[in-house]
Amino acid sequence: MSARKVLALLSGLGLAALVAPDAAYARYPWEFPTPVTPVAKETLWVHNIFLTFISIVFVVVLSIMLYSLFFHRKSRGAKAASFTGPRTKLQFVLSAIPFLILAFVDYVVMGIPAYHAVLAMANTRAGSQMVVKVTGMQWKWQYEYPGLHIKYLSTITTPQAQIHDQAPKNKHFLRQVNHPLVLPVNEKIRVILASKDVIHSWWVPAFGVKEDSIPGFLRETWVKIDKPGVYRGQCAELCGVGHAFMPVVVDAVSDDQFKQWVTKEQAREQAARAQQAAATAVTYTEAQLVTQGQKVFTANCAACHQASGMGIPGTFPPIAAGHAFSAAPNMIAQLRKRGFITPGGKIVEGPVANHINIVLQGIAGTPMPPFAASLSNVDIASVITFERNSFGNHTGDVVQPAQVQAARAANQKP
Amino acid sequence: MNAAHAHEAHHDELPRGITRWLFTTNHKDIGRLYIGFSVIMFLVGGILAMLIRTELLRPTLLFPPEIYNQIITVHGLVMVFAAVMPATTGLANYLIPMMIGAPDMALPRLNNWGFWLLPPAAVLLVMPFFLMLFGIGNGAIDTGWTMYAPLSVQGGIGVDFAIFAIYLMGASSLLSSINVIVTIFNMRAPGMTMMKLPIFVWSWLITAFLLIAVFPPLVAGVTMLFADRHFGTHFFNAAGGGDPVLWEHLFWFFGHPEVYILLLPTAGILPHILSTFARKPIYGYKAQVYSFWAIGALSVVVWAHHMFTSGMPVPAQLYFMYATMAISIPVAVLFYCWFATIWQGSMTFETPMLFALGYIVLFGVGGLTGLVLSDAVADQQYHNSYFLVAHFHYALFGGPVMGIIAATYFYLPKITGRMYSETLGKWHFWQTLVGFNLTFIPQFFLGIAGMPRRIPDYALQFAHLNMLSSIGAYILGSAQLLLVYNLIQVMRGVGKKATTQVWEGAQGLEFTLSSPPPYHSFDTQPVIQ
Repeated sequence: MSARKVLALLSGLGLAALVAPDAAYARYPWEFPTPVTPVAKETLWVHNIFLTFISIVFVVVLSIMLYSLFFHRKSRGAKAASFTGPRTKLQFVLSAIPFLILAFVDYVVMGIPAYHAVLAMANTRAGSQMVVKVTGMQWKWQYEYPGLHIKYLSTITTPQAQIHDQAPKNKHFLRQVNHPLVLPVNEKIRVILASKDVIHSWWVPAFGVKEDSIPGFLRETWVKIDKPGVYRGQCAELCGVGHAFMPVVVDAVSDDQFKQWVTKEQAREQAARAQQAAATAVTYTEAQLVTQGQKVFTANCAACHQASGMGIPGTFPPIAAGHAFSAAPNMIAQLRKRGFITPGGKIVEGPVANHINIVLQGIAGTPMPPFAASLSNVDIASVITFERNSFGNHTGDVVQPAQVQAARAANQKP
Repeated sequence: MNAAHAHEAHHDELPRGITRWLFTTNHKDIGRLYIGFSVIMFLVGGILAMLIRTELLRPTLLFPPEIYNQIITVHGLVMVFAAVMPATTGLANYLIPMMIGAPDMALPRLNNWGFWLLPPAAVLLVMPFFLMLFGIGNGAIDTGWTMYAPLSVQGGIGVDFAIFAIYLMGASSLLSSINVIVTIFNMRAPGMTMMKLPIFVWSWLITAFLLIAVFPPLVAGVTMLFADRHFGTHFFNAAGGGDPVLWEHLFWFFGHPEVYILLLPTAGILPHILSTFARKPIYGYKAQVYSFWAIGALSVVVWAHHMFTSGMPVPAQLYFMYATMAISIPVAVLFYCWFATIWQGSMTFETPMLFALGYIVLFGVGGLTGLVLSDAVADQQYHNSYFLVAHFHYALFGGPVMGIIAATYFYLPKITGRMYSETLGKWHFWQTLVGFNLTFIPQFFLGIAGMPRRIPDYALQFAHLNMLSSIGAYILGSAQLLLVYNLIQVMRGVGKKATTQVWEGAQGLEFTLSSPPPYHSFDTQPVIQ
């Protein structure tokens, strides 16, 4: 580490850094982020009351203790008393006072507002004007507007190079996504939470909302944002390797802007479908597919199977053929069934049709997720062609988008 | 010594070498084994903590995320199950028979078995790290110490190893709890009525009952987890009619009382230390005993305050919120009695007293911030954020760990017969206090600003406070080496000889015995007036 880097590190400690921060480090978090929903305002209020209360208690009690430590010490000639409890009726009554205060603060000062806040937070339906479904999955969010026929995935866009310190980090490092959740301000929005795999937790600090998304069940909460802006948060329940890399970004806009966005988004999704149909009809060269496939692999597959294609021993199988792989019995059985591992435990490139189905549908009971909803036919064809002709694999197989489309159609037949 | 001699050897003569420790049924030997084991595991857990803070020193990845997840998980499991619990169990084994005037624990062979289950459990927890180096499996358990399903159903062999470690540690805890209860009920010296029991003994009695009440549900839970992982059951899989939240209930039904299992024994040792160095009897003995009962009873009915964001119905949220607030009352009674014990005393500030006072302050912060967390709505902000991490480290390091260190210094001269270096002890205290606060105060602010726990990499606005926290952690970690050095010196026989009473104000049967005490404590049974 160079001397300049050491200095930069140390400057983080000094007050100097507080006085002259650069843009990314600008805000110092002595309080919750500015609340923009009723629940967040309530929470900030409770938080402030309570921090005040416990600070007072702490200071008062610590002062009593310090007084005692100073005056009741042997070196000052203090003689020890011998009492072991309250001695008079008055002392009994007086010694009850701190507990009565505590009970009053617990159940009245804090308890009554908390009662109303719990009811308010649970009231997701009354007066709600819109529903958004948020689905957590390893390691991205899916946002769906059931009434508007809009559905898309929101994944992190921070480049790997920034995460690994090979490039300067930008201002919204780890808190930027390709598709933010867009919500109108001043409308009560009911947020339904679901999960495709493990428990995630959807958290936006400025909304005061954190709700778990639990596989197999629906949970709900609500927001009513009163100020346009971009609000950032992230997953708050450990959900595996990518837990730190599934940010929540919400773009709160005015009603008009929201309507415009809806029209644009619907058109975009329609265009994407048309484009997919058109692109599926084209026949590509191996070089074209490999080039595109590498991009798709880096964005979707490398987190587990690694940029080297070597996977992670015990969990994520290598893409590169000829390497030994051992894992949980179910994983090995599933790979063997599909022809991707030899009886000797070496990875091989199995049949193309099985490869397509693994990418489309994932492998149940293992961490391999389905990509049918998130990747286009061209992307899937490219990535499979790439995988079968890279990392030392030379199968020469070229998968065309039409094959992927055919597999999709076959899967939809009952 | 040949075999014939060994047979004729005096009853008190100890076997030599490893067999003495493997086969010992003596409560003092077993107590020392527990404490020694705990010191080693504190160092293991501490090294993992240093790795965590090194990863978080700057916003970048040093370890791959899957390794980081393993480090935080094993840090939690080791500290809770293999460091703090064995330390308090060791104190119980060493002290309870002497404190109640008994020759030994009631069930000495069971006692031996209880200890020797622990080292294999610790090996099971840590071994997958090394297996991974040899290409077997994908490392240790990586689900967080809470092991939430279905993530723990997905995990690698580390989860299975942890499940078996929990079986062993659970069996060990149950054995020692049964032993403590049977000993206290049956082995008290004449005249030692229940309400004359030293307060540490009372605190362990409640702890033992809690352990017996809550460890079996955890064992049932991990068995269901194991079945889900390997036998195709669906306890925690909604697709098969199960429910992932069921795991959370089973875990926290154990997990919340566990906090008090860690805390109570040290809350019991504290009045002894305070009263010794204030040269004044314990204040509010009965109030403290009743508070222990109240804390123990309440601790098993508040578990779901760990699950306020899991989507519980309104009545459950309200109930768990108000029930949690109720715990603040008996805990406040304990604080009140601690203050009243030192009030108008004649205090001196040897190392155990410093750590005891540090306990009151740091655990106080943990308790007060816990009060805020009990608010079901505000908890939406605090839950799983660094505010929570700071809170429970104040509660678990500030309480149990500070208490264990205080008790170690307090009883070290009694156990070894040698005084430790008071200067090093004081350095240890002040460096611990500064390091601890520097580590965890910034974490309160990180949590308030929105940093979730269990992430190896973070957004840039968290950078400065994280660096401060890491530097605090290095100060805190290196301070503990002073304790280790002090322990080694005392064991080597350095330091002046300790007297029978050790401390000027020390009371209790254990301080009527020589330092170190004879192998079988009392030749004639003491009678308590």
